[in-house]
Amino acid sequence: MYLIIAVIILVFLIIFQIAKASEYVAVLKGEEQNRKQTNKVNGFLMFGFMIMGLIGVWYCNELYFKKTLLALPSASEQGEKIDSMLWVTLAITGVVFIITQIILFWFAFRYQESDKRKVYFFHESNKLELLWTVVPAIFLTVLVVIGLRNWNYITGGPPEGSNPLRVEVTGAQFKWIFRYPGKDDQFGKKYYKVIDNANNSLGLVWRDSAALNMKDDPATHDDIVMESTVYVVKDRPVKFIIGSRDVIHDVGLSQFRMKMDAVPGIPTTLWFTPKYTTTEMKKITGNPDFIYEISCDQMCGNSHYAMRGIVQVVTQEEFDVWMAKQKPAYYDAFPEKDPAKKDTAAVKGPLAVVPAKK
Amino acid sequence: MSNEAVLHAHSGVASSHDAGGHHEHHHHETFITKYVFSQDHKMIAKQFLITGMVWAVLGGLMSVLFRLQLGYPDSTFPWLEDILGKWAKGGRITPEAYYALVTTHGTVLVFFVLTAGLSGTFANFLIPLQVGARDMASPFLNMLSYWFFFSASVVMLSSLFVETGPFSGGWTAYPPLSALHDASPGSKTGMDLWIISMALFVVSSLLGGLNYIVTILNMRTKGMSMTRLPLTIWALFFTAVLGVLSFPVLLSGFILLIFDRNFGTSFYLSDIFVNGVGALPNEGGSAILFQHLFWFLGHPEVYIILLPAMGMVSEILSVNSRKPIFGYMAMVGSLFAIAILAFLVWAHHMFVTGLNPFLGSIFVLLTLLIAVPSAIKVFNWLTTLWRGNVRFTPGMMFAIGFVSLFISGGLTGIWLGNSALDVHLHDTMFVVAHFHIVMGVASMFGMFAGIYHWYPKMFGRYLNNTLAYIHFWITMAGAYLIFWPMHYEGLAGMPRRYYSYEQWESFKNFGDLNRFISTVAMIVFAAQILFLLNFFYSIWKGRKVTNQNPWGSNTLEWTAPIRPGHGNWPGEIPEVHRWAYDYGKDGKEFIPQTTPVGADESHH
Repeated sequence: MYLIIAVIILVFLIIFQIAKASEYVAVLKGEEQNRKQTNKVNGFLMFGFMIMGLIGVWYCNELYFKKTLLALPSASEQGEKIDSMLWVTLAITGVVFIITQIILFWFAFRYQESDKRKVYFFHESNKLELLWTVVPAIFLTVLVVIGLRNWNYITGGPPEGSNPLRVEVTGAQFKWIFRYPGKDDQFGKKYYKVIDNANNSLGLVWRDSAALNMKDDPATHDDIVMESTVYVVKDRPVKFIIGSRDVIHDVGLSQFRMKMDAVPGIPTTLWFTPKYTTTEMKKITGNPDFIYEISCDQMCGNSHYAMRGIVQVVTQEEFDVWMAKQKPAYYDAFPEKDPAKKDTAAVKGPLAVVPAKK
Repeated sequence: MSNEAVLHAHSGVASSHDAGGHHEHHHHETFITKYVFSQDHKMIAKQFLITGMVWAVLGGLMSVLFRLQLGYPDSTFPWLEDILGKWAKGGRITPEAYYALVTTHGTVLVFFVLTAGLSGTFANFLIPLQVGARDMASPFLNMLSYWFFFSASVVMLSSLFVETGPFSGGWTAYPPLSALHDASPGSKTGMDLWIISMALFVVSSLLGGLNYIVTILNMRTKGMSMTRLPLTIWALFFTAVLGVLSFPVLLSGFILLIFDRNFGTSFYLSDIFVNGVGALPNEGGSAILFQHLFWFLGHPEVYIILLPAMGMVSEILSVNSRKPIFGYMAMVGSLFAIAILAFLVWAHHMFVTGLNPFLGSIFVLLTLLIAVPSAIKVFNWLTTLWRGNVRFTPGMMFAIGFVSLFISGGLTGIWLGNSALDVHLHDTMFVVAHFHIVMGVASMFGMFAGIYHWYPKMFGRYLNNTLAYIHFWITMAGAYLIFWPMHYEGLAGMPRRYYSYEQWESFKNFGDLNRFISTVAMIVFAAQILFLLNFFYSIWKGRKVTNQNPWGSNTLEWTAPIRPGHGNWPGEIPEVHRWAYDYGKDGKEFIPQTTPVGADESHH
């Protein structure tokens, strides 16, 4: 450790001494001549930087392109539009990038100080100004039109008659909670003041409460609640109704190219149509461990980086089989009402109705 | 205001200052009045600069520390525990410390370094010298501006030492995370100090900004019409206007946040259940309201940071190309357009908050519209270089670097401003790469360009050129090596503000790249130390400036003595006869603004 510090200080000192010495040499050799020499070196370096930079851009792409999502097909239909828009944007901005950077460094190199050149006194040209106002404006219009068409499509919600699967997604420090409406296809009422981490993580209203002026909502009785993993169906639009229990979170679905904040008190929505099941995507990526992940994309506290959810994309048949096995959350809170457990209800009943503790 | 009134006001101020200037010769200034509670705009500029540099070192060091975690997530560094104690138990930074470092790095760099350190320094230093004034309109308010900034710094610094740690919810401080003491340890005392510090900072920048505006409008010397102002002054003018109109909105947002935090109001809070505490009584607030108030400053803030850099770069490019800036009026017009549009695009930071989609489309349109004035500026800079006679002074190198970075970072802005693409890229490393290049590093380059260019005027000595060139090339190459590959992480969907990616199947493939980026970040940081050595060594030991106008520049500051006293010009304030960009005209290398227009001179 101390050795490293010593070495660093030593290196600094050496650089510093060389720099000072070169300054004295410059004064001795004649400052003007020295300045011109340095100017040539830096002009050459500018040109070199441009060449190295362009090679670097290419090399970086070689190294990392295949690790990005662009190397894979989008996992949702909406994502395909976003990808194609991304490619158009990349093409336009990429061309501008290469042209302007080359011009910049080429001009710096080409027009470096020379005693022979007489500066061209050129300070105004309405034609040129007009040119680079109008041309960018035209390209931007194209991008805006493409962008807004996609934006309207994405935010428009699933088309009529597409029978979307509706799932409620709730963020909480630091987990994801999902709710399916159950057999009645209706989300029962919830109220945050009856949340109980033990058996009612969403605060479903399934008890009468005079204090809170609430009545048991039967629609909650068949709602299915689960944490961490959500099941959705291939080729069937899914609509997430998103909320948060505490701070702002964000449902990040990078493979589906989708994202939406989870805000306490203000529900938001997001919809997409999965294209490949998880199993199919394992084959496409060639990664047997592949899994669709939900990342929290809005800073939400110290375990923000570990707020991970999983999306399982399955076929409709698999989904139906899986759904049939799920038990409504109501029966966790009231085991005595569970038809499957009728006989044991007498024993467990009293425990389950202990009032929620804070 | 009539011209006459301006002249009158001006001559009144000038004569009173003349008296002050004479004072100086008779009375010995004490250490306190000269170096501490100074009312000389040049000294205040240096105070802003050096305080900003201290913060830049601290903020940069913080980024090195959290890059250690990102680059070497499996390694432990026992020396970290030696310096950070419980924040790095076992030699590995804890998540609390990581988020505190990220948050403080962001806050400090955006506000203390790039707002106070950049625009505070150069607005103070250049406005009176370039418009031809003895000092600011109110030297006293100007002094207060610095001392409010200083107290903001002290409070922010103290927040690093509280037991529960500094604020750790990101520099944007979104509630409810920032409003709830129990949502995160950093939201306890650390957050109170953070808000107090930021409130003091807002006061500082309002006092400064009003002063800059008044000085530019009222205290220009004879002949210095608005259209003869150097572009630096135009840029600093728009910067000040942006700050004065938007910082109060931020302050109002903070005040509501203070109420929510401490007095039980529900401006931002609704339907919240905090683990370990239970359900909160607050209902009916909107967490999104804060984001509107925040970004109503937050977006202009980007231009508050960027415009001074643009102004200085315009000036330096022109001086060192020995050629007039191309399209002066278009440059002013595009600054104006950017300043207006800066107020109309804030919600593009909020495309994924559940914003009304129609509103979103309007913000897409306005956001992409900003690309037009930005493009005009870039092409005008390029044309300024064309057929010039380019001298690669260190200032010029950084100015060219600025243009390169502004292009690179600006173009990715076109991606992110388009809402449908933003849905995919929002809050990924792509965004981190984008804003670091276009706002962070580019403005840093503008600041370096300014320091290298005006150092001889500030201290009457030169910086060492060899060190300056080493500093430039390492920083330039390093900036691209750090932030260019980061775009690829973003395109892989990697979220920002993650302490570790190791448990994520989708994001764990970039371990080697993160190590590379962290290593380069450390090297670049070391190169900045080299700059600091150069800076402080040269204040006392640098080569003395013997030429009153070392760069052969047209602007007024170079007509003042090499080491100007308080009052700037010993005699009369010079009169201005022309714009600032007569370089290479009629075969003359440069014609200072003070030279009367000759009878045989060609028109332009």
